[in-house]
Amino acid sequence: MTPTLNLTINGVPQQIALDDPRATLLDLLRERIGLTGTKKGCDRGQCGACTVLIDGRRMNACLALALSYDGAEITTVEGLATGETLHPVQAAFIAHDGFQCGYCTPGQIMSAVGLIAEGEAGLDPERIREGMSGNLCRCAAYAGITEAVLEATREMTSATGERESA
Amino acid sequence: MNRFEYTRAETLGAAVGAEGAFLAGGTNLLDLMKIGVAAPDRLVDISHLPLDRIEESAGGLRIGAMVRNADIARDPQVLARYPALAEALLSGASAQLRNAATTGGNVMQATRCSYFQDPLSPCNRREPGSGCGALGGVTRTHAVLGWTEGCIAVHPSDMCVALAAYDAVVEITGPGGLREVAMEEFHPLPDAEGAGAPSLSPGEIITHIRLPDPGPLARHGRYVKLRERTSFAFAIVSAAAALAIEDGVITEARLALGGVAARPWRCRKAEEALKGALATAETFARASELATDGARPSGDNAAKIVLAQRIAARALERAAAGTPDRLPALPASVFAGDDNG
Repeated sequence: MTPTLNLTINGVPQQIALDDPRATLLDLLRERIGLTGTKKGCDRGQCGACTVLIDGRRMNACLALALSYDGAEITTVEGLATGETLHPVQAAFIAHDGFQCGYCTPGQIMSAVGLIAEGEAGLDPERIREGMSGNLCRCAAYAGITEAVLEATREMTSATGERESA
Repeated sequence: MNRFEYTRAETLGAAVGAEGAFLAGGTNLLDLMKIGVAAPDRLVDISHLPLDRIEESAGGLRIGAMVRNADIARDPQVLARYPALAEALLSGASAQLRNAATTGGNVMQATRCSYFQDPLSPCNRREPGSGCGALGGVTRTHAVLGWTEGCIAVHPSDMCVALAAYDAVVEITGPGGLREVAMEEFHPLPDAEGAGAPSLSPGEIITHIRLPDPGPLARHGRYVKLRERTSFAFAIVSAAAALAIEDGVITEARLALGGVAARPWRCRKAEEALKGALATAETFARASELATDGARPSGDNAAKIVLAQRIAARALERAAAGTPDRLPALPASVFAGDDNG
């Protein structure tokens, strides 16, 4: 019997027939769905390149068995922008040179989106660096990444504040 | 990775007694399967069992086995009453891993001994009778307490060290019913042949971790962890300390070491020496020497004994200064400064 998996990926409900239970969420996204923005780095939960949001929480897709997340809502880097308008975290990474080669960038961006949603780092650069320590950057663009997360946090919290006061 | 049969257990009854390997957060088991150290024929997915709550229990807390590590660390009751537990959790792994890893899985995680993780190396823990590749090898992360020539691996958990200090109890359900084991006794110490008897029998499952009322220990709890980089690394040595202090005198003390043995190491002699003594640097230095009573290097790692003493003293000093209102930006870091931060 081939199990069928129900996932909502970037807002689109999908039914996926899975003939091999070994598929991780990372392999499923890249090989079956064709969303190759999520990157495979170490494939062992050590580098963070595969970070996605599962039900709103950042996790390593390489260590998530796809079958275990039947029914979940997944957000990948492809699901962040609204049309041609970049998500504030994406825009801030460009503005602050938060990358060189770009391979770790989708994972960095998804991790930053998760970090800002957690709301515990605020505008403290040390807490941001600690909160982003699950994402390695071999080009060592860390200084720009921290600046980008700071700016995106400011942007997103002031936007929330305006909405709340409106 | 080998092929396996996958089933999802919707109820505890369906999980207990099931044959196969239990899958929860997957952060350790899937990794072990990818590197060929684990190859179960059947995975029983227990991640959806209704064991995902933190409840009040007899003045303390009862943490479900499927609560994610990140959710324990940000629980207001845990932060207020068991701060060393929150700090230990936040000093471990990465935010992504803490969002996935479960309480039960953290307890059950395998050693990070590189010889255990390498299927080509002999390892009594992975393959009983094959020998120990770590003996005479690279041993800076290996045990200095409670080891034998059968196995010198350490348990990698930070969470369990704090749990042992707080007298936590592991609740287990099996085909034969319920049983409980103290956290500090849960992980077996090795015997002459290898890793010792497994903590759980086939079909048994951890359902909860129970924490007793910490009383006045709540206000003086800290975790300190020495590692090769400041974040996202396992401990070389670590220490959880909790104190009750009245008018400068220690009325109750808890101290446990991590990274030194196959289990979190409760330092009973040090605790006895602390009780009734003045909360001073001299007291903590004396207690920290007792903390490593019986320690001996298992290889080229004698430095860990001295480091463990220093980290224990640091944890006691920070605990005595009082739990900070907010955990430091770098939880458990030796670089966090001693100004209560």
